Order: sequence, then C-alpha cells, then structure tokens
Amino acid sequence: MSLISPADQQKLRDAFSEMTRPVRLLFFTQALGCETCPQTRQILDELPPLSDKISIEEVNFVLDADKATQYAVDRVPAIAVEYEEEGERRDTRIRFLGAPAGYEFVSLVRAVLLAGGGESMLSPEARTRLALVDKPVTMQVFTTPT
Amino acid sequence: MAFASPHITAYAVEATEYPDLARKYQVSGVPKTVVNDQVEIMGALPEGAFIEQALQFTSGN
Repeated sequence: MSLISPADQQKLRDAFSEMTRPVRLLFFTQALGCETCPQTRQILDELPPLSDKISIEEVNFVLDADKATQYAVDRVPAIAVEYEEEGERRDTRIRFLGAPAGYEFVSLVRAVLLAGGGESMLSPEARTRLALVDKPVTMQVFTTPT
Repeated sequence: MAFASPHITAYAVEATEYPDLARKYQVSGVPKTVVNDQVEIMGALPEGAFIEQALQFTSGN
C-alpha cells in the first residue's frame, strides 16, 4: 500500500513526466543497526512506479565501504542523488541523511526534478555568484520531519 | 546550490535521527544550516545569505 495518496501520486507523475534524463537515487544502507533504513527504503520505493526515469540503487554501507567514501557518505541511511547525461553518471552533490519523511520528502522530489533536468530555483545572479566558489564547501541543513 | 557548483555538497540532515550531529552543532531549532563546519545560519533566509557564506571560503577571502 502506498504512503502517497492517489491524487498526490498523479501530481508527482505529472511533475516527473517533465524530466529529460534518468535519475538514480543511491541508497546507502546496512542490515543491522540502522533503525530508519527500512522506512527510508519504503519511502524511496514510492518513486520508481511514478516515473520510468527514476531508479534506486541500494549500496551496502558495510560491504561497499569504498563506494560510500566515494560519495562522501559516512552514516546510514543516506541518499545520494545522481543523474545520467550522455551515458555518464553525474553526482549532483546532494545528500539526504536520515529518512526523507515529512517536508524532506518535498525536498527529495525537488532534488530529483532538478537532477532530471528541471529548472533551478536559484536566480541567474545567484548562479553567477556561485561560479566564484573555488574551494570545497559543505552545507548541512538540519531539519525535522514536522 | 550543490547542483550549481562542483565545489559545493549539500546535506539535508534529519536531526532527530542523528542526535550526535544535532549535539555537535547545537541544533536547537530548525532549519539550521552549517557551512563548512564553521558558519551557522538560522532559519530560512533568502538565497543570497547562503551564497555569501559559501563565498567566504573562496581563495582570496
């Protein structure tokens, strides 16, 4: 049974239909000691049925530690958003730590749409300013489900 | 912002699931944004505020 109402599913289907490239959600998980991993998986599983451009790739945090390091993931559950362009995998550098429930689900959907070729919410001026960034910057946004 | 710049990585962190991180950065209200472990931004500000903080870390600053 879906967590999303049929009306909302249709809204999401419509939004996702605008996507122009495939998006892969890498789900970093482990079998033991991750209380919210099943919930995260359940939330993620809602998405592929709504678009043939969305896929989930599960990565075992313990067995595939190299991949976790590659994506700068050091705890689970974690989701990395990437897309495919000209046959190559490209990282959006967007990460979700913790189950994307509540309002974070909206953020996840927005990230998927952005990765899928959607419009940025940033102004052109903002993007011009951002082009000046030349050193690594991490931005951790803390939220709660409500 | 992460999507727009190859140098920026953005993490959406669910604070109740990672109390150690919430404690480390003393998250008492959300949203709270921590930039490069050094700068804190409370609340949802206009995009400019976040961009200027990211720019604090460019060469020559």
